[in-house]
Amino acid sequence: MPESSAGTLTAPEKPAKQKPGGTLYRGREGMWSWVLHRITGVAIFFFLLVHILDTALVRVSPEAYNAVIGTYQTPIMGLGEVALVGAIVFHALNGLRIILVDFWTWATRHQKVLFWIVIALWVVTMLAFTPRHLINVFSH
Amino acid sequence: MTTIEAPRTPVRPAPKRGVNLEKWGWIYMRVSGVVLIVLIFTHLFVNLMLGDGVKAIDFGFVGGKWADPFWQWWDVAMLWLALIHGANGMRTIVNDYTKPGTAQKLLKLALFLAAAVLIVLGTLVVFTFDPCPAGAPADLLPSFCAA
Repeated sequence: MPESSAGTLTAPEKPAKQKPGGTLYRGREGMWSWVLHRITGVAIFFFLLVHILDTALVRVSPEAYNAVIGTYQTPIMGLGEVALVGAIVFHALNGLRIILVDFWTWATRHQKVLFWIVIALWVVTMLAFTPRHLINVFSH
Repeated sequence: MTTIEAPRTPVRPAPKRGVNLEKWGWIYMRVSGVVLIVLIFTHLFVNLMLGDGVKAIDFGFVGGKWADPFWQWWDVAMLWLALIHGANGMRTIVNDYTKPGTAQKLLKLALFLAAAVLIVLGTLVVFTFDPCPAGAPADLLPSFCAA
């Protein structure tokens, strides 16, 4: 049986402690960083489409642009901007992690540690951004 | 049933002749990604953190920025790099979740058209932008229009 299909997956012999979790996906830092990278990437892409169109309204008239950009300054959109910046910052930091994992063997071996460094830097960046942005949104 | 190659299967060599587009796509994502971090983090800092942040953005704010070729080129660079980066990332996702066929081709065509149309539109907007359009109320325009 193991010899029957060279080049395809057969049950590998591996130490018990390296067994994957109980699902098809392997779980842990590697999978969740990949999942978050995808979700944030798709979200940023669709925002980008909208953002180019709303900015293009400067070519229509000052009134048209100001009307649409005014909707970006409401409390609900202000919270949405925190989510957007959070997605961008994660995608950026995890993208750097991916580049390091690709090009540097130390980083390949320590990709789990790097994931938690990404999370830590994300928290620090968001602590710097969120209060200032929310003060701007809610105090004028 | 699709078979998945085992880990450590010897690499399939890339075609020796011609341009390896997948390789250049892979390189593009990393190079543009690093450049975009600088471009977008600065964009967010200038527009959301400085001064009154998002509350200060209006036609006059944009007019003031794009009066300077530096910010015109900054924003056009972001436009091209980010849209191609995003569309190529979406292409990867389409490849992952669809089978080869008409639907897959249509999805990729839609991505290509969205990116192409918005790149042309955005570039035209930045470089043909008139910060002081005739007949517009003066209080909506950048301060330098009065001079």
